[in-house]
Amino acid sequence: MDSALALHRLHFAFTITFHYLFPQLTMGLALLIVILKTLALRTGNEHYNQAARFWVKIFAINFAMGVVTGIPMEFQFGTNWARFSKNAGGVIGQTLAMEGVFSFFLESTFLGLFVLGEKRLTPRLHLLSAFMVFLGSWLSGFFIIATDAWMQNPVGYKLGSNGEILLDSFRDLILNPWIQWQYLHNMIAAVVTASFVMASIGAFYLLTDRFPEHARIFVRTGVIAGTVAMILMLYPTGDGQGRMMADHRPVTLAAMEGLFDTSAGAPIVLVGQPDTDNLKLDNPITVPKALSFLTYRRWEAEVKGLKDFPRDQWPDNIPLLYYSYHIMVGLGTLLILLMVSCAWALWSGRLYRSRPLLWALLLALPFPYIATTAGWMTAELGRQPWLIYGLMRTSQGFSSHVSAGNTLFTLMGFMGLYMALGILFLFLVHREIDHGPSREAAAELSGVR
Amino acid sequence: MIQIVWFCLVAIMIAGYVVLDGFDLGAGIIHLFVARTEPERQRVLHSIGPVWDGNEVWLIAGGGTLYFAFPALYSAAFSGFYLALMMVLWLLILRGISIELRSHIESPIWKPFWDLIFGGSSALLALLYGAALGNVVRGVPLDSDGFFFIPLWTNFQPGQDPGILDWYTLLIGAAAFTVLALHGCYWVVLKTDGDLQQRSRAFGQRLWWAVVTFTAIITVVSFRLQPNILKEFSDHAWGYLFPLLAFAGMAGMRVSSARELDLYAFLSSCLYLIGMLTSTVFGVFPYVLPSISPRPGLTVTNAAAPEYGLYIGLAWWIPGMALAVIYSVFVYRRFAGKVAG
Repeated sequence: MDSALALHRLHFAFTITFHYLFPQLTMGLALLIVILKTLALRTGNEHYNQAARFWVKIFAINFAMGVVTGIPMEFQFGTNWARFSKNAGGVIGQTLAMEGVFSFFLESTFLGLFVLGEKRLTPRLHLLSAFMVFLGSWLSGFFIIATDAWMQNPVGYKLGSNGEILLDSFRDLILNPWIQWQYLHNMIAAVVTASFVMASIGAFYLLTDRFPEHARIFVRTGVIAGTVAMILMLYPTGDGQGRMMADHRPVTLAAMEGLFDTSAGAPIVLVGQPDTDNLKLDNPITVPKALSFLTYRRWEAEVKGLKDFPRDQWPDNIPLLYYSYHIMVGLGTLLILLMVSCAWALWSGRLYRSRPLLWALLLALPFPYIATTAGWMTAELGRQPWLIYGLMRTSQGFSSHVSAGNTLFTLMGFMGLYMALGILFLFLVHREIDHGPSREAAAELSGVR
Repeated sequence: MIQIVWFCLVAIMIAGYVVLDGFDLGAGIIHLFVARTEPERQRVLHSIGPVWDGNEVWLIAGGGTLYFAFPALYSAAFSGFYLALMMVLWLLILRGISIELRSHIESPIWKPFWDLIFGGSSALLALLYGAALGNVVRGVPLDSDGFFFIPLWTNFQPGQDPGILDWYTLLIGAAAFTVLALHGCYWVVLKTDGDLQQRSRAFGQRLWWAVVTFTAIITVVSFRLQPNILKEFSDHAWGYLFPLLAFAGMAGMRVSSARELDLYAFLSSCLYLIGMLTSTVFGVFPYVLPSISPRPGLTVTNAAAPEYGLYIGLAWWIPGMALAVIYSVFVYRRFAGKVAG
């Protein structure tokens, strides 16, 4: 692999992975805050308002991190992927520009009112501003997914006389069938992350005997929203995306599953290490026939293996793709089990006293982040070796005039800067969690801030 | 010609960005000088707090608009000015963080640290934006594939092997720094009162002379360096309208600030910025990125996306930006008036 190409890829992968740690929380948290504020308005219980105010602070820190690390993403299409942008900018520039015009203006306007304006607005208007921030962030997610969906499954284009990619149908671009499941799967994953974070902080307070009233609200809201969201992750959105993959991109499916040989009644691999030199899977633990059934709804259906696809169509990093996919699915399964157990305990009134479950919720905090990251790695590694699937190879898209040395320089700059940001972020969030939701309550009584 | 329509729309977005984010960048530049105490610095930050993020969205939305309407320009300029662009990104990150995190901790080391980052990043951004504009006027060594790459500097001469920084682009950078500092000054004067306002007013009066001097110098130098400017203005005399706007703005700043008509001084400064930017864009037209190599430069037509996409774009861009303007007006009205300490 040409080293400039590898560095341009790593540049984007590193900056997008770090960036997406923040929006995945804010997109989900925006919804949960809307729910908390609605409950406050409905029930008149002030604890809901204090709970919402606490999460608005966590939201604000995450949002600031998301904004500043988001700007480099749009820029990098031009700086690091110039040949791709020149060729396809007329198509995906549409959705990227729409994100700026339709969602960022909306978000930035109402964010100020939402974070700073509670004192200036009536409760209803403040709820409306929360809803608008939620709407803006979910619209933003839509335009990004539409952009990615076009790279995964290009539609609505035609080729010009010099091979350039021209927009042919805006309708097809916006109604790309790839968008539906990917969008829902991704946005619900954001709700999962936010639910786990909320429940985890609640469990932390319960286990350390602090802010019990608020902690129960956090655990209850997190567990109910998290259970619903986890189930939707599995079915229909995860299932829908898997079958979309089988229909449109069987070679990607085979690589994700680590399936080298075409087989009728193909098994699902739970554990195993793909060996791409000898084209086999080491140490497999499998569920027989499950892959055939999940993919085609028939136990004996034939699933094509990697050996039956030309090598130049294979994703270029099969082991990493395979592991990403298996980490996503494996963690997803464990997280569903945890959420359903917690929901059951909540329903039977035992959850707030069950130390094992509270411990499990507390320790679960990083895993939704790992699962979403692995999910995105599955999507983007699965797209390889194509930048635009079937149309443009990744090796044809990077900025050929930007040398490996210059790319490494800026990549290291980003790594240093983001390490500092990460430390600052953890430090500030830790402070907020340590202060807890009732500092607000105390301040409220004395009329300060 | 749909390409010209989009050329104008992108120019409006960029002008919108410069006028709006310009004053909060300017406030960042001057706040280390005019705001002496912690409460004063806090007031400067409160004056931009609710709006700076929205102002920066003009950059993102403007960038997106440029991307889809002129993909060849976006990709060539962004990859060609790679190192400068990356530094702009780092500075934008540091600046955004400094504004947002400053108020989280009450401490005699936390706040001054972020004030320094805020001031420094604002100053360097103004300088780099100016240098970027200077690069566009000077032209770049385009290759046969329509791309180029230039290092941060070579011999500081705008010759055949230029860097992003040479004496000309640094001059434009210094001018941009001064102009935005003045723009920020008028904003702080408008939004504050008391000592802070008086000091900013006095600072603004001195800066104004620097802006006049810079304007005269960069006008003369740019006409000599880029022959296209003279050609455009002599071919289309109506183009003198744009420098006239800048001149009116410059006079307006002086007259209004002398009479303490602070809103008019700020608006005059907006007019000046718009006049200077439109004059530049007009002078470079029909190029959007002139070339100093034998290869032809990028023009409004050869850098534009195909017409179908451009027509479709109008259908969502116009209502989308109308909404954005409504939001902006709403926020500025909501937070109108002087900021409390």
